[in-house]
Formats: sequence, C-alpha cells, structure tokens
Amino acid sequence: MGDKKSYPSRRDAIKKLFKGTGYLGISGTVLGSLATGLAANKLELRPPGALEEKDFLKACLKCGICVEACPYDSLILSKVNDEAGLGTPFFRPREIPCYMCPEIPCVPVCPSGALDIRKLQNVSGDLNINKAKMGLAVVHKETCIAFWGIQCDVCYRACPLMDEAITLEYDKNERTGKHAFLKPVVNGEFCTGCGLCEHACVTEKPAIKVLPIDVATGKVGDHYIKGWDKLDEKRLNSSGKGQQQPEGNKDAIDYLNDWEDLIDE
Amino acid sequence: MSSMLYNHRFLIGRRLVQIGLLILFFGGNYFGWKILTGNYSSATFLGEVNLSDPFALLQVLFSGFIVATDALIGGLIILVVYSLIVGRAFCSWVCPMNIVVDLAGWINKKVGFSKPKIDFGRIAKLRYYVFALILLLSAILGFAVFEMISPIGMLHRNIVFGFGTGIIAVVAIFLFDMVARPLSFCHHICPLGAFYSLVSRYRMLKVFHKVEACTKCNKCFAVCPEKQVLSIVGKRSGSIVSGECTNCGRCIEVCDDQALKFSILKK
Repeated sequence: MGDKKSYPSRRDAIKKLFKGTGYLGISGTVLGSLATGLAANKLELRPPGALEEKDFLKACLKCGICVEACPYDSLILSKVNDEAGLGTPFFRPREIPCYMCPEIPCVPVCPSGALDIRKLQNVSGDLNINKAKMGLAVVHKETCIAFWGIQCDVCYRACPLMDEAITLEYDKNERTGKHAFLKPVVNGEFCTGCGLCEHACVTEKPAIKVLPIDVATGKVGDHYIKGWDKLDEKRLNSSGKGQQQPEGNKDAIDYLNDWEDLIDE
Repeated sequence: MSSMLYNHRFLIGRRLVQIGLLILFFGGNYFGWKILTGNYSSATFLGEVNLSDPFALLQVLFSGFIVATDALIGGLIILVVYSLIVGRAFCSWVCPMNIVVDLAGWINKKVGFSKPKIDFGRIAKLRYYVFALILLLSAILGFAVFEMISPIGMLHRNIVFGFGTGIIAVVAIFLFDMVARPLSFCHHICPLGAFYSLVSRYRMLKVFHKVEACTKCNKCFAVCPEKQVLSIVGKRSGSIVSGECTNCGRCIEVCDDQALKFSILKK
C-alpha cells in the first residue's frame, strides 16, 4: 500500500476495504468482549431507587457521588474482580447492610438518573425508603437453625419491617413433641433487600441472604390468572395480550352456525 | 530560579490544576468537602452545579438512555467551555492521565530508550476510528463502553476511592509509553481526546504565531505532543487552528523568539 501515487486499482481498493473491515472486526471484538466482561453484574445489590439493571448500566456515570453520600459506607464502587460492572456502586449486606436512612442521602444526589428518586416517593412526594427494592431475602432452611428447632429470631428482630417483611411461622416440633418451631418467612411484597437480616444472621455463612430481585423471583406469565381476585384481571388487561378480540363478542353458538363466513373467500 | 519558573509557567499551572482537582475529588470522598465531588465523567461543583463529560453522555445516548436533566445541563456547560472557549485543554490541563503519560515520556527521554519501532504514522487518525468504534459498540452492547474501560476513570477511582480498583490499564499505558512510544494512548487512541479535537475547531483561546519573529529553531516541534498542529510555524503568521491542539503552552514556554503566544479571538 502507498507506493502508488495514482488512483488505486479496484483490486487495491477492495483489498483495503477488507483489511479495514478486518481491523474493525478485530478491535471491535476485543474491545467489546473486554468491556462486556467488565460490565457483567453477577449477584451484587444496587443502591435504593436504582433503575432496572440493564438501564442502570447505561445510565450510571460511575461518579461515586452516591458512595460519598452514604453515611455508613455501605455503598462501594466495584473493582475489577467484584463483577458488579466496573466502577458502579453496590453493597454487600454481610459486610455493611443498607441502614435505610429515612432521608435517603444517596439517591437525590445522582446526576444521571441511574438512581431514581421517584421510585422512593409516596403519592404525596414524601420520601419513603420502605419502597426500596434493592433485593429480596431468601432463607436456606437446611442451614437456618430456627428450622432445626433451635430458638433464633435474630433476622426477624433485625428487620426494619418486622412482622411485615419477615414474619415468624409457628409450627409444632414433632421430634420433641413439646417444643415449637419459630420459622422466619420472608414476604416479598414488603422486603426491601436492605440486608440487615443477612448482616445479623448468626450462622457461619448466612442462612438468610439477599439476592437481586431478578435472580430471586419467578414470573407467572399471562396464562395463569387468579380468577378469585378482581385486581389480578388487570394484570392480564395491562399486558395487552389478553385483550378480547371484537369477534369474541359473538356468542359461541352463533359462530358455529355462521359457517358461511368461513367458506366465503 | 525565577527564569526557570517562568520558563515552565504553563507546566506548573497545568500540574497545579491537575493535582488540585484530584485533591478536591479526594477531599470530597474522604473529608466530605463539597467543592467538587464525583469523577471526570460527572461531577458536582459546590454541591449544586453538575458538570458532565459530553462524550460520556453521548455514549449513554448511543446506548439508548437519556440522562437526567442535571447531567444534561452539566454536559452542555462543559461542552461550551471546551469547544467555544479553551479548546482541547481537558487533555493537558485537567486529565490525570496527562501526569502519568508525561512522566513516562520524561523517563523515556532521560533514559534514552531507542527510537520507536512501531510506525504510528500510517494510523495518525486512529483515535477517530476508535471514537466511532466506541459509539458503535455502545449502541450494540447497550452501555457506555469507553466509560467502562477508560484508564482516566480507573486512575481517578484508584486515587479517590482507594487503591486496588484496577490500575492495570494505567500501568500498561505508562510502561508502553516509557519503553516503546511516548504519547501512544493520548495521541493515537484516546476517543475522549478525539471528541474534544472534533469540537474544538472554533475555540476562542488559540496559540498565535508571528512568523517575523521566528528563527526556525524547531524547538516547538520537539516539545509539541501533537506536532501536526504546528504546520504554519516558520511559514506564515496566524493562529493554530486545529482542534487537536491541547493549548498546553509547551511551545510558548520553549520559544526564545517570542514568536508564539496565547491569543484570544485572533484569526
């Protein structure tokens, strides 16, 4: 290349085009896979009010202002091997949980909107940290000593939404015949994912653990509806899939009798 | 002594600004100072005014998200300041990588490592391709790609949030610059520098050259990190117009003939 000053031949131009595309492909793949590896979030928890993970990764500018605002140093910025998306904020409740400050200092300071204050506001606009959905606590009953029959309600008492997010379920201990189980049960409707339970858990490795909402939850899909619950019908309607077709208004018997329609055209 | 200080007046100024900003960021995290908090992509000045890197916001836009109004206004402020007033001064006056890269270049010169084997001449415009590639990848992968791999961000986090947050890229660039080729990253690869080069053509602050005073000693060419911008030196009077000029003032410091100086709004 470059030795001819005249117009490049078609062969040269095509060669150059292929070469350029090749370089673009190589550098794109290398850069892209490097960046994707660094962006991957395995199982880390985001600050309160965070957008859904996909949007959060787009929006977060890694400025660390939320980390600086956190009075308990719960929030940290991800290092290379933390796998929370390099430079993005997260917290590890077993080390330092979210203490649920009522004034939520970490969220309104976010300049990019990656942490959205609207997710933590009541209808009247008041801040309410209890609306946070940072994760969902999950109990491993095989290692939870309360499920063994040993009396422990540490997570239940550590929970800032005691008797809402964690309730105790009483059960008869058939083994001894005279004792009770007091089993902790997490209620996803209320759990904020603050991790105070995980932080307090007495077992060597916590038997109650907060997982990202997306990891910890299932999804029913549109084909199951609680027929006894009028509100659940709305879920179907809002999904758009369950909209009744105009033809559906016809009676089934009419449809069967109007067979000419089917033959026509 | 005073003449030595005078001969390095812009260098001293640049280091003061660069290190001062790092100290403010550091104090913002460790001592709760409110003067400047955040990073080079998005910072809050005096706890009120947001200042954001317009290239970072552009990547976020390409990834399919529009940042909140605070950051949008902050990005506009920064874009106006650089593109219309001080030009690509970010690279030489603000960016912390400039300290690392200059140190590597200084060692390279002092030790006298052999002249570079790698011919970058052919890929002089490489950074513009990187710039385009980063925007393309941001759109494909759905996040701001340069923000994820930027050595500027890594260096900032290392200093402001504690070591161990992945300084590898910074060390790699330092070593490469030191032994192989000074300014390899800033001059050839950095898409942020490319961005500021693209928008800085119509800046107010430019280096002005007076050809009548020039003795063609070529000292300015020896120190300039973007030699191609000095094309008019020794040929005709006028301003250095190329947006690739970082307004670092090195050429002005070394010029013994008063043939180069900063000027505002001169053609």
